[in-house]
Amino acid sequence: MAYSDKVMDHYENPRNVGTMDNDESGVGTGMVGAPACGDVMRLQIKVDEQGIIEDAKFKTYGCGSAIASSSLVTEWVKGKSLEEAGQIKNTDIAEELALPPVKIHCSVLAEDAIKAAITDYKEKQSDS
Amino acid sequence: MSSPIYLDYSATTPVDKRVADKMCHYLTMDGTFGNPASRSHKYGWDAETAVEQARADVAALINADAKEIVWTSGATESDNLAIKGAAHFYSKRGKHIITAKTEHKAVLDTCRQLEREGFEVTYLDPQEDGLIDLADLEAAMRDDTILVSIMHVNNEIGVIQDIAAIGELCRSKKIIFHVDAAQSAGKVEIDLQKLKVDLLSLSAHKVYGPKGIGVLYVRRKPRIRIEAQMHGGGHERGMRSGTLATHQIVGMGEAFKIAKEEMASENKRIHALRDRLLKGFEDMEELYVNGNLEQRVPHNLNLSFNFVEGESLLMAIDTLAVSSGSACTSASLEPSYVLRAIGRNDELAHSSIRFSLGRFTTEEDVDYTIKLLKEKVEKLRLLSPLWDMYKDGIDLSTIEWAAH
Repeated sequence: MAYSDKVMDHYENPRNVGTMDNDESGVGTGMVGAPACGDVMRLQIKVDEQGIIEDAKFKTYGCGSAIASSSLVTEWVKGKSLEEAGQIKNTDIAEELALPPVKIHCSVLAEDAIKAAITDYKEKQSDS
Repeated sequence: MSSPIYLDYSATTPVDKRVADKMCHYLTMDGTFGNPASRSHKYGWDAETAVEQARADVAALINADAKEIVWTSGATESDNLAIKGAAHFYSKRGKHIITAKTEHKAVLDTCRQLEREGFEVTYLDPQEDGLIDLADLEAAMRDDTILVSIMHVNNEIGVIQDIAAIGELCRSKKIIFHVDAAQSAGKVEIDLQKLKVDLLSLSAHKVYGPKGIGVLYVRRKPRIRIEAQMHGGGHERGMRSGTLATHQIVGMGEAFKIAKEEMASENKRIHALRDRLLKGFEDMEELYVNGNLEQRVPHNLNLSFNFVEGESLLMAIDTLAVSSGSACTSASLEPSYVLRAIGRNDELAHSSIRFSLGRFTTEEDVDYTIKLLKEKVEKLRLLSPLWDMYKDGIDLSTIEWAAH
Protein backbone atom coordinates (compact mmCIF):
# COMPACT_ATOMS: atom_id res chain seq x y z
CA MET A 1 0.00 0.00 0.00
CA ALA A 2 1.11 3.57 -0.53
CA TYR A 3 1.79 5.82 2.41
CA SER A 4 1.31 9.59 2.44
CA ASP A 5 4.40 11.80 2.41
CA LYS A 6 3.67 12.88 5.98
CA VAL A 7 3.54 9.29 7.23
CA MET A 8 6.79 8.56 5.41
CA ASP A 9 8.42 11.67 6.89
CA HIS A 10 7.48 10.76 10.49
CA TYR A 11 8.42 7.15 9.87
CA GLU A 12 11.83 8.01 8.40
CA ASN A 13 12.53 10.78 10.94
CA PRO A 14 10.46 10.08 14.02
CA ARG A 15 10.29 13.05 16.42
CA ASN A 16 10.85 12.78 20.16
CA VAL A 17 11.78 9.14 20.39
CA GLY A 18 12.82 8.19 23.88
CA THR A 19 12.06 7.26 27.43
CA MET A 20 11.53 9.38 30.53
CA ASP A 21 12.02 8.24 34.09
CA ASN A 22 8.53 7.33 35.15
CA ASP A 23 9.35 7.97 38.81
CA GLU A 24 10.32 11.57 38.16
CA SER A 25 7.77 14.09 39.35
CA GLY A 26 5.78 15.68 36.57
CA VAL A 27 6.06 12.66 34.28
CA GLY A 28 2.96 10.84 33.09
CA THR A 29 3.11 7.59 31.09
CA GLY A 30 0.46 6.15 28.85
CA MET A 31 0.87 2.70 27.33
CA VAL A 32 -1.89 1.48 25.05
CA GLY A 33 -2.49 -1.30 22.55
CA ALA A 34 -1.44 -4.94 22.67
CA PRO A 35 1.20 -7.07 20.96
CA ALA A 36 -1.62 -9.37 19.86
CA CYS A 37 -3.01 -6.56 17.73
CA GLY A 38 0.40 -5.60 16.38
CA ASP A 39 0.38 -2.16 18.01
CA VAL A 40 1.79 -0.94 21.32
CA MET A 41 2.34 2.77 21.96
CA ARG A 42 4.07 4.30 24.93
CA LEU A 43 3.66 8.06 25.24
CA GLN A 44 5.23 10.04 28.06
CA ILE A 45 4.68 13.68 28.98
CA LYS A 46 6.54 15.97 31.34
CA VAL A 47 4.32 18.64 32.86
CA ASP A 48 5.65 21.84 34.41
CA GLU A 49 4.26 23.63 37.50
CA GLN A 50 1.86 25.69 35.41
CA GLY A 51 0.29 22.51 34.02
CA ILE A 52 1.86 22.94 30.61
CA ILE A 53 3.37 19.93 28.79
CA GLU A 54 7.01 20.92 28.38
CA ASP A 55 8.28 17.69 26.86
CA ALA A 56 6.95 14.50 25.29
CA LYS A 57 8.58 11.21 24.29
CA PHE A 58 7.30 8.07 22.61
CA LYS A 59 8.19 4.56 21.59
CA THR A 60 5.93 2.51 19.36
CA TYR A 61 5.78 -1.09 18.22
CA GLY A 62 3.52 -1.11 15.22
CA CYS A 63 3.10 -0.35 11.56
CA GLY A 64 4.35 2.82 9.87
CA SER A 65 1.06 4.62 10.47
CA ALA A 66 1.16 3.81 14.18
CA ILE A 67 4.72 5.14 14.43
CA ALA A 68 3.78 8.29 12.50
CA SER A 69 0.64 8.88 14.61
CA SER A 70 2.55 8.72 17.87
CA SER A 71 5.43 10.81 16.53
CA LEU A 72 2.95 13.47 15.42
CA VAL A 73 1.15 13.70 18.76
CA THR A 74 4.41 14.22 20.65
CA GLU A 75 4.89 17.32 18.48
CA TRP A 76 1.32 18.46 19.01
CA VAL A 77 1.12 18.11 22.80
CA LYS A 78 4.31 20.03 23.52
CA GLY A 79 3.50 23.51 24.85
CA LYS A 80 -0.18 22.62 25.35
CA SER A 81 -2.01 22.60 28.68
CA LEU A 82 -3.33 19.24 29.85
CA GLU A 83 -6.82 20.33 28.96
CA GLU A 84 -5.84 21.35 25.43
CA ALA A 85 -3.86 18.13 24.90
CA GLY A 86 -6.82 16.08 26.12
CA GLN A 87 -8.93 17.56 23.35
CA ILE A 88 -6.80 16.20 20.49
CA LYS A 89 -9.06 13.97 18.44
CA ASN A 90 -8.12 10.92 16.44
CA THR A 91 -9.81 12.45 13.41
CA ASP A 92 -7.36 15.38 13.53
CA ILE A 93 -4.45 12.93 13.51
CA ALA A 94 -5.94 10.84 10.72
CA GLU A 95 -6.59 13.94 8.64
CA GLU A 96 -3.12 15.42 9.16
CA LEU A 97 -1.46 12.14 8.14
CA ALA A 98 -4.01 11.27 5.43
CA LEU A 99 -4.49 7.81 6.91
CA PRO A 100 -6.52 5.33 4.84
CA PRO A 101 -9.58 3.72 6.49
CA VAL A 102 -7.72 0.52 7.48
CA LYS A 103 -5.26 2.66 9.46
CA ILE A 104 -7.75 4.76 11.42
CA HIS A 105 -7.22 2.54 14.46
CA CYS A 106 -3.63 3.87 14.61
CA SER A 107 -4.92 7.39 15.18
CA VAL A 108 -7.44 6.13 17.75
CA LEU A 109 -4.58 4.49 19.59
CA ALA A 110 -2.58 7.73 19.57
CA GLU A 111 -5.53 9.64 21.05
CA ASP A 112 -5.88 6.93 23.71
CA ALA A 113 -2.15 7.23 24.47
CA ILE A 114 -2.42 10.98 25.20
CA LYS A 115 -5.46 10.45 27.42
CA ALA A 116 -3.70 7.61 29.26
CA ALA A 117 -0.59 9.72 29.85
CA ILE A 118 -2.68 12.62 31.20
CA THR A 119 -4.66 10.29 33.47
CA ASP A 120 -1.45 8.74 34.76
CA TYR A 121 0.02 12.17 35.50
CA LYS A 122 -3.13 13.30 37.34
CA GLU A 123 -3.28 10.11 39.41
CA LYS A 124 0.33 10.58 40.45
CA GLN A 125 -0.34 14.19 41.46
CA SER A 126 -3.29 13.25 43.63
CA ASP A 127 -1.32 10.40 45.23
CA SER A 128 1.56 12.64 46.25
CA MET B 1 12.97 3.91 -7.58
CA SER B 2 14.72 0.94 -9.14
CA SER B 3 13.00 -2.43 -8.85
CA PRO B 4 13.31 -4.07 -5.44
CA ILE B 5 15.28 -7.31 -5.15
CA TYR B 6 12.76 -10.11 -5.62
CA LEU B 7 12.77 -12.54 -2.69
CA ASP B 8 9.17 -13.69 -2.87
CA TYR B 9 9.48 -16.75 -5.14
CA SER B 10 6.95 -18.64 -3.01
CA ALA B 11 4.30 -16.10 -4.01
CA THR B 12 5.07 -16.49 -7.68
CA THR B 13 8.05 -16.83 -9.99
CA PRO B 14 8.87 -14.90 -13.14
CA VAL B 15 8.29 -16.96 -16.29
CA ASP B 16 11.60 -18.34 -17.50
CA LYS B 17 12.56 -16.72 -20.83
CA ARG B 18 12.86 -20.15 -22.48
CA VAL B 19 9.26 -20.82 -21.42
CA ALA B 20 7.91 -17.45 -22.56
CA ASP B 21 9.64 -17.79 -25.95
CA LYS B 22 8.05 -21.17 -26.51
CA MET B 23 4.59 -19.99 -25.46
CA CYS B 24 4.64 -17.23 -28.08
CA HIS B 25 4.55 -19.87 -30.81
CA TYR B 26 1.10 -21.08 -29.74
CA LEU B 27 -0.95 -17.92 -30.09
CA THR B 28 -0.86 -16.26 -33.50
CA MET B 29 -1.90 -17.12 -37.05
CA ASP B 30 1.64 -18.15 -37.97
CA GLY B 31 1.83 -20.32 -34.84
CA THR B 32 0.01 -23.35 -33.47
CA PHE B 33 -3.17 -21.59 -32.36
CA GLY B 34 -5.67 -24.35 -33.11
CA ASN B 35 -8.14 -25.88 -30.70
CA PRO B 36 -6.63 -29.15 -29.46
CA ALA B 37 -10.13 -30.63 -29.53
CA SER B 38 -10.54 -29.99 -33.27
CA ARG B 39 -10.26 -33.42 -34.87
CA SER B 40 -10.89 -32.42 -38.48
CA HIS B 41 -7.77 -30.46 -39.47
CA LYS B 42 -4.04 -29.94 -38.99
CA TYR B 43 -4.47 -26.86 -36.75
CA GLY B 44 -6.24 -29.00 -34.18
CA TRP B 45 -3.91 -31.98 -34.56
CA ASP B 46 -0.80 -29.84 -34.08
CA ALA B 47 -2.23 -28.19 -30.99
CA GLU B 48 -3.17 -31.60 -29.62
CA THR B 49 0.38 -32.87 -30.21
CA ALA B 50 1.76 -29.88 -28.27
CA VAL B 51 -0.66 -30.44 -25.39
CA GLU B 52 0.20 -34.13 -25.20
CA GLN B 53 3.93 -33.39 -25.19
CA ALA B 54 3.39 -30.95 -22.30
CA ARG B 55 1.29 -33.57 -20.50
CA ALA B 56 4.16 -36.02 -20.83
CA ASP B 57 6.66 -33.42 -19.56
CA VAL B 58 4.59 -32.63 -16.48
CA ALA B 59 4.03 -36.35 -15.83
CA ALA B 60 7.78 -36.98 -16.11
CA LEU B 61 8.65 -34.60 -13.27
CA ILE B 62 6.38 -36.49 -10.87
CA ASN B 63 6.98 -39.94 -12.40
CA ALA B 64 3.35 -40.40 -13.34
CA ASP B 65 1.56 -41.58 -16.46
CA ALA B 66 0.49 -38.81 -18.86
CA LYS B 67 -3.05 -40.21 -18.72
CA GLU B 68 -3.17 -39.26 -15.03
CA ILE B 69 -2.74 -35.53 -15.74
CA VAL B 70 -5.81 -33.27 -15.82
CA TRP B 71 -5.33 -29.64 -16.85
CA THR B 72 -6.91 -27.00 -14.63
CA SER B 73 -6.61 -23.23 -14.19
CA GLY B 74 -4.19 -23.57 -11.28
CA ALA B 75 -3.63 -25.19 -7.92
CA THR B 76 -6.70 -23.57 -6.34
CA GLU B 77 -8.94 -25.21 -8.93
CA SER B 78 -7.03 -28.47 -8.58
CA ASP B 79 -7.58 -28.45 -4.81
CA ASN B 80 -11.28 -27.73 -5.30
CA LEU B 81 -11.66 -30.43 -7.93
CA ALA B 82 -9.77 -33.00 -5.87
CA ILE B 83 -11.49 -32.40 -2.55
CA LYS B 84 -15.04 -31.66 -3.69
CA GLY B 85 -14.74 -34.16 -6.52
CA ALA B 86 -13.65 -37.03 -4.30
CA ALA B 87 -15.94 -36.09 -1.41
CA HIS B 88 -18.98 -35.99 -3.67
CA PHE B 89 -18.10 -39.19 -5.52
CA TYR B 90 -17.40 -41.23 -2.39
CA SER B 91 -19.98 -39.62 -0.07
CA LYS B 92 -21.94 -42.88 0.13
CA ARG B 93 -18.90 -44.47 1.75
CA GLY B 94 -18.64 -41.79 4.44
CA LYS B 95 -18.66 -38.09 5.07
CA HIS B 96 -15.55 -37.46 7.13
CA ILE B 97 -12.47 -35.59 5.88
CA ILE B 98 -9.15 -34.89 7.61
CA THR B 99 -6.88 -31.95 6.85
CA ALA B 100 -4.52 -29.66 8.79
CA LYS B 101 -4.84 -26.13 10.15
CA THR B 102 -1.77 -24.99 8.22
CA GLU B 103 -3.14 -25.91 4.79
CA HIS B 104 -3.54 -23.34 2.03
CA LYS B 105 -6.84 -21.44 1.98
CA ALA B 106 -7.77 -23.26 -1.23
CA VAL B 107 -7.97 -26.45 0.84
CA LEU B 108 -9.36 -24.95 4.04
CA ASP B 109 -12.12 -22.95 2.39
CA THR B 110 -13.07 -25.92 0.20
CA CYS B 111 -13.39 -28.03 3.35
CA ARG B 112 -15.52 -25.29 4.97
CA GLN B 113 -17.83 -25.44 1.97
CA LEU B 114 -18.13 -29.22 2.32
CA GLU B 115 -19.00 -28.74 6.00
CA ARG B 116 -21.90 -26.56 4.89
CA GLU B 117 -22.97 -29.43 2.63
CA GLY B 118 -23.06 -31.84 5.56
CA PHE B 119 -19.55 -33.28 5.58
CA GLU B 120 -17.56 -33.40 8.80
CA VAL B 121 -13.97 -32.13 8.77
CA THR B 122 -11.16 -32.65 11.30
CA TYR B 123 -8.49 -29.93 11.22
CA LEU B 124 -5.27 -31.34 12.68
CA ASP B 125 -2.93 -29.19 14.76
CA PRO B 126 0.64 -29.54 13.52
CA GLN B 127 3.52 -29.83 15.96
CA GLU B 128 5.56 -26.76 16.88
CA ASP B 129 7.91 -27.37 13.97
CA GLY B 130 5.00 -27.34 11.52
CA LEU B 131 5.00 -31.10 10.85
CA ILE B 132 1.99 -33.36 11.30
CA ASP B 133 2.38 -36.09 13.90
CA LEU B 134 1.39 -39.37 12.26
CA ALA B 135 -0.08 -40.64 15.51
CA ASP B 136 -2.43 -37.63 15.56
CA LEU B 137 -3.47 -38.36 12.00
CA GLU B 138 -4.08 -42.03 12.72
CA ALA B 139 -6.08 -41.16 15.83
CA ALA B 140 -8.30 -38.86 13.80
CA MET B 141 -9.14 -41.57 11.23
CA ARG B 142 -12.59 -43.11 11.53
CA ASP B 143 -14.59 -45.76 9.71
CA ASP B 144 -16.37 -43.06 7.74
CA THR B 145 -13.21 -41.11 6.80
CA ILE B 146 -13.06 -40.93 3.01
CA LEU B 147 -10.36 -38.34 2.35
CA VAL B 148 -7.16 -36.93 3.83
CA SER B 149 -5.75 -33.72 2.38
CA ILE B 150 -2.26 -32.70 3.52
CA MET B 151 0.04 -30.34 1.65
CA HIS B 152 3.52 -31.46 0.66
CA VAL B 153 5.30 -28.14 1.39
CA ASN B 154 3.84 -25.30 3.37
CA ASN B 155 3.70 -21.99 1.52
CA GLU B 156 4.65 -19.83 4.51
CA ILE B 157 7.19 -21.85 6.46
CA GLY B 158 8.41 -24.24 3.76
CA VAL B 159 8.29 -27.40 5.89
CA ILE B 160 8.04 -30.73 4.05
CA GLN B 161 5.42 -33.18 5.32
CA ASP B 162 6.20 -36.89 5.23
CA ILE B 163 3.74 -37.69 2.46
CA ALA B 164 5.31 -41.12 1.94
CA ALA B 165 4.35 -42.21 5.46
CA ILE B 166 0.98 -40.46 5.36
CA GLY B 167 0.28 -42.20 2.04
CA GLU B 168 1.04 -45.64 3.49
CA LEU B 169 -1.25 -44.95 6.43
CA CYS B 170 -4.11 -43.76 4.21
CA ARG B 171 -3.74 -46.69 1.79
CA SER B 172 -3.78 -49.20 4.65
CA LYS B 173 -7.13 -47.75 5.76
CA LYS B 174 -8.45 -47.37 2.20
CA ILE B 175 -8.73 -43.60 2.59
CA ILE B 176 -8.10 -41.36 -0.44
CA PHE B 177 -5.05 -39.14 -0.06
CA HIS B 178 -4.85 -35.71 -1.70
CA VAL B 179 -1.66 -33.63 -1.66
CA ASP B 180 -1.34 -29.96 -2.53
CA ALA B 181 2.10 -29.93 -4.13
CA ALA B 182 2.03 -26.37 -5.49
CA GLN B 183 5.04 -25.39 -3.38
CA SER B 184 7.04 -28.60 -3.75
CA ALA B 185 7.12 -29.39 -7.47
CA GLY B 186 10.59 -28.70 -8.81
CA LYS B 187 11.99 -28.39 -5.28
CA VAL B 188 11.40 -31.80 -3.76
CA GLU B 189 11.47 -35.11 -5.58
CA ILE B 190 7.98 -36.44 -6.22
CA ASP B 191 7.82 -40.06 -7.40
CA LEU B 192 4.25 -41.19 -7.78
CA GLN B 193 5.33 -44.73 -8.60
CA LYS B 194 6.52 -44.94 -5.01
CA LEU B 195 4.30 -42.48 -3.15
CA LYS B 196 0.80 -43.67 -2.26
CA VAL B 197 -0.77 -40.39 -3.24
CA ASP B 198 -4.11 -40.55 -5.06
CA LEU B 199 -4.67 -36.92 -6.03
CA LEU B 200 -2.01 -34.23 -6.35
CA SER B 201 -2.37 -30.52 -7.16
CA LEU B 202 0.25 -28.65 -9.18
CA SER B 203 0.71 -25.07 -10.30
CA ALA B 204 2.84 -23.72 -13.15
CA HIS B 205 3.60 -20.25 -11.83
CA LYS B 206 5.59 -21.45 -8.83
CA VAL B 207 7.93 -23.30 -11.18
CA TYR B 208 8.81 -20.46 -13.62
CA GLY B 209 5.78 -21.17 -15.77
CA PRO B 210 2.80 -18.92 -16.51
CA LYS B 211 -0.06 -18.07 -14.14
CA GLY B 212 -3.52 -19.44 -14.87
CA ILE B 213 -2.56 -23.05 -15.51
CA GLY B 214 -2.27 -26.03 -13.22
CA VAL B 215 -2.75 -29.77 -13.03
CA LEU B 216 -4.59 -32.29 -10.97
CA TYR B 217 -2.95 -35.69 -10.96
CA VAL B 218 -5.62 -38.40 -10.67
CA ARG B 219 -4.29 -41.91 -10.00
CA ARG B 220 -5.35 -44.71 -12.35
CA LYS B 221 -3.97 -47.72 -10.43
CA PRO B 222 -5.81 -48.09 -8.13
CA ARG B 223 -8.33 -46.02 -9.97
CA ILE B 224 -9.56 -42.87 -8.20
CA ARG B 225 -12.86 -41.36 -9.27
CA ILE B 226 -13.86 -37.73 -8.90
CA GLU B 227 -17.04 -35.88 -9.73
CA ALA B 228 -16.50 -33.06 -12.23
CA GLN B 229 -16.98 -29.53 -10.95
CA MET B 230 -16.91 -27.91 -14.38
CA HIS B 231 -19.35 -29.31 -16.94
CA GLY B 232 -19.29 -28.82 -20.69
CA GLY B 233 -17.59 -30.46 -23.62
CA GLY B 234 -16.29 -33.42 -21.68
CA HIS B 235 -12.63 -32.47 -22.01
CA GLU B 236 -10.00 -34.18 -19.87
CA ARG B 237 -11.95 -37.45 -19.85
CA GLY B 238 -14.97 -35.66 -18.43
CA MET B 239 -13.18 -34.50 -15.31
CA ARG B 240 -12.68 -30.89 -16.38
CA SER B 241 -14.48 -29.37 -19.34
CA GLY B 242 -13.31 -26.26 -21.13
CA THR B 243 -11.17 -25.59 -24.19
CA LEU B 244 -7.55 -26.33 -23.39
CA ALA B 245 -5.34 -23.22 -23.18
CA THR B 246 -2.63 -24.49 -25.51
CA HIS B 247 -0.07 -21.72 -24.88
CA GLN B 248 -0.47 -21.97 -21.09
CA ILE B 249 -0.21 -25.75 -21.21
CA VAL B 250 2.88 -25.63 -23.41
CA GLY B 251 4.36 -23.14 -20.94
CA MET B 252 3.71 -25.41 -17.99
CA GLY B 253 5.15 -28.39 -19.86
CA GLU B 254 8.32 -26.52 -20.76
CA ALA B 255 8.69 -25.13 -17.21
CA PHE B 256 8.37 -28.61 -15.72
CA LYS B 257 10.78 -30.06 -18.28
CA ILE B 258 13.38 -27.45 -17.30
CA ALA B 259 12.67 -28.14 -13.62
CA LYS B 260 13.36 -31.84 -14.12
CA GLU B 261 16.65 -31.12 -15.87
CA GLU B 262 17.92 -28.40 -13.55
CA MET B 263 16.31 -29.18 -10.21
CA ALA B 264 19.29 -30.91 -8.60
CA SER B 265 21.88 -28.24 -9.41
CA GLU B 266 19.48 -25.38 -8.79
CA ASN B 267 18.46 -26.69 -5.37
CA LYS B 268 22.09 -27.03 -4.39
CA ARG B 269 22.84 -23.45 -5.36
CA ILE B 270 19.74 -22.01 -3.67
CA HIS B 271 20.31 -24.07 -0.55
CA ALA B 272 23.77 -22.53 -0.21
CA LEU B 273 22.29 -19.04 -0.59
CA ARG B 274 19.63 -19.75 2.03
CA ASP B 275 22.30 -21.00 4.46
CA ARG B 276 24.32 -17.87 3.76
CA LEU B 277 21.29 -15.72 4.54
CA LEU B 278 20.59 -17.47 7.83
CA LYS B 279 24.24 -17.41 8.82
CA GLY B 280 24.31 -13.67 8.20
CA PHE B 281 21.61 -13.17 10.83
CA GLU B 282 23.06 -15.61 13.35
CA ASP B 283 24.49 -13.04 15.74
CA MET B 284 21.18 -11.18 16.10
CA GLU B 285 19.32 -11.32 19.39
CA GLU B 286 15.75 -12.60 19.60
CA LEU B 287 15.71 -14.11 16.14
CA TYR B 288 13.46 -17.10 15.57
CA VAL B 289 13.25 -19.53 12.67
CA ASN B 290 9.62 -20.49 12.09
CA GLY B 291 9.15 -24.14 11.19
CA ASN B 292 11.50 -27.08 11.06
CA LEU B 293 14.80 -26.10 9.44
CA GLU B 294 15.83 -29.63 8.35
CA GLN B 295 12.55 -30.86 6.84
CA ARG B 296 12.27 -27.79 4.66
CA VAL B 297 12.56 -26.74 1.02
CA PRO B 298 15.92 -25.13 0.24
CA HIS B 299 14.58 -21.77 -0.88
CA ASN B 300 12.43 -20.80 2.10
CA LEU B 301 13.44 -18.95 5.24
CA ASN B 302 10.73 -17.66 7.59
CA LEU B 303 12.12 -15.58 10.44
CA SER B 304 10.65 -13.61 13.29
CA PHE B 305 12.57 -10.54 14.38
CA ASN B 306 11.05 -10.29 17.83
CA PHE B 307 9.75 -6.91 19.07
CA VAL B 308 9.65 -5.42 15.58
CA GLU B 309 6.29 -5.28 13.84
CA GLY B 310 6.33 -6.87 10.39
CA GLU B 311 4.67 -4.15 8.37
CA SER B 312 6.91 -1.38 9.69
CA LEU B 313 9.85 -3.62 8.88
CA LEU B 314 8.54 -4.12 5.33
CA MET B 315 8.40 -0.32 4.98
CA ALA B 316 11.99 -0.05 6.13
CA ILE B 317 13.20 -2.68 3.68
CA ASP B 318 11.26 -1.50 0.64
CA THR B 319 14.23 -2.21 -1.62
CA LEU B 320 13.38 -5.89 -1.05
CA ALA B 321 10.25 -7.73 -2.20
CA VAL B 322 9.41 -10.12 0.66
CA SER B 323 6.23 -10.94 2.55
CA SER B 324 5.21 -10.75 6.18
CA GLY B 325 3.02 -12.86 8.46
CA SER B 326 1.76 -9.67 10.00
CA ALA B 327 -1.61 -8.59 8.71
CA CYS B 328 -1.79 -5.02 9.87
CA THR B 329 -3.10 -4.02 6.46
CA SER B 330 -6.07 -6.34 6.65
CA ALA B 331 -9.14 -5.25 8.58
CA SER B 332 -8.95 -8.29 10.83
CA LEU B 333 -5.54 -7.46 12.34
CA GLU B 334 -5.07 -11.21 12.63
CA PRO B 335 -1.51 -12.35 12.10
CA SER B 336 -0.61 -15.42 10.03
CA TYR B 337 -2.88 -18.37 10.83
CA VAL B 338 -0.04 -20.73 9.96
CA LEU B 339 2.28 -19.25 12.58
CA ARG B 340 -0.55 -19.22 15.11
CA ALA B 341 -1.29 -22.88 14.36
CA ILE B 342 2.29 -23.90 15.14
CA GLY B 343 1.96 -22.13 18.46
CA ARG B 344 3.86 -18.92 17.78
CA ASN B 345 2.69 -16.12 20.06
CA ASP B 346 1.21 -12.97 18.59
CA GLU B 347 4.37 -10.88 18.85
CA LEU B 348 6.38 -13.45 16.92
CA ALA B 349 3.64 -13.91 14.35
CA HIS B 350 3.41 -10.15 13.81
CA SER B 351 7.21 -9.95 13.55
CA SER B 352 7.69 -12.54 10.83
CA ILE B 353 9.22 -12.12 7.40
CA ARG B 354 9.23 -14.80 4.70
CA PHE B 355 12.25 -14.81 2.41
CA SER B 356 11.90 -17.11 -0.57
CA LEU B 357 14.84 -17.35 -2.93
CA GLY B 358 14.86 -18.57 -6.50
CA ARG B 359 16.45 -19.08 -9.87
CA PHE B 360 17.58 -15.47 -10.26
CA THR B 361 18.76 -14.76 -6.70
CA THR B 362 22.47 -13.94 -6.40
CA GLU B 363 25.01 -13.91 -3.60
CA GLU B 364 25.06 -10.10 -3.79
CA ASP B 365 21.28 -10.04 -3.23
CA VAL B 366 21.70 -12.15 -0.11
CA ASP B 367 24.55 -10.04 1.29
CA TYR B 368 22.62 -6.84 0.69
CA THR B 369 19.58 -8.35 2.43
CA ILE B 370 21.58 -9.28 5.51
CA LYS B 371 23.11 -5.82 5.83
CA LEU B 372 19.81 -4.00 5.30
CA LEU B 373 17.80 -6.16 7.68
CA LYS B 374 20.31 -5.86 10.48
CA GLU B 375 20.43 -2.09 10.19
CA LYS B 376 16.65 -1.62 10.02
CA VAL B 377 15.77 -4.12 12.73
CA GLU B 378 18.15 -2.33 15.07
CA LYS B 379 16.61 1.02 14.20
CA LEU B 380 13.05 -0.22 14.79
CA ARG B 381 13.97 -1.96 18.02
CA LEU B 382 15.22 1.37 19.38
CA LEU B 383 11.72 2.64 18.61
CA SER B 384 9.98 -0.31 20.23
CA PRO B 385 8.63 -0.17 23.80
CA LEU B 386 8.52 -3.97 23.78
CA TRP B 387 12.26 -4.13 23.11
CA ASP B 388 12.81 -1.74 26.07
CA MET B 389 10.76 -3.97 28.30
CA TYR B 390 12.58 -7.06 27.12
CA LYS B 391 15.91 -5.36 27.84
CA ASP B 392 14.63 -4.44 31.32
CA GLY B 393 13.91 -8.11 31.92
CA ILE B 394 10.11 -7.77 31.87
CA ASP B 395 8.19 -10.86 30.77
CA LEU B 396 5.66 -9.54 28.25
CA SER B 397 3.30 -12.43 28.83
CA THR B 398 2.73 -11.26 32.42
CA ILE B 399 1.33 -7.91 31.31
CA GLU B 400 -2.37 -7.35 30.96
CA TRP B 401 -2.77 -5.70 27.60
CA ALA B 402 -5.82 -3.74 26.60
CA ALA B 403 -6.72 -5.42 23.31
CA HIS B 404 -8.32 -3.04 20.85
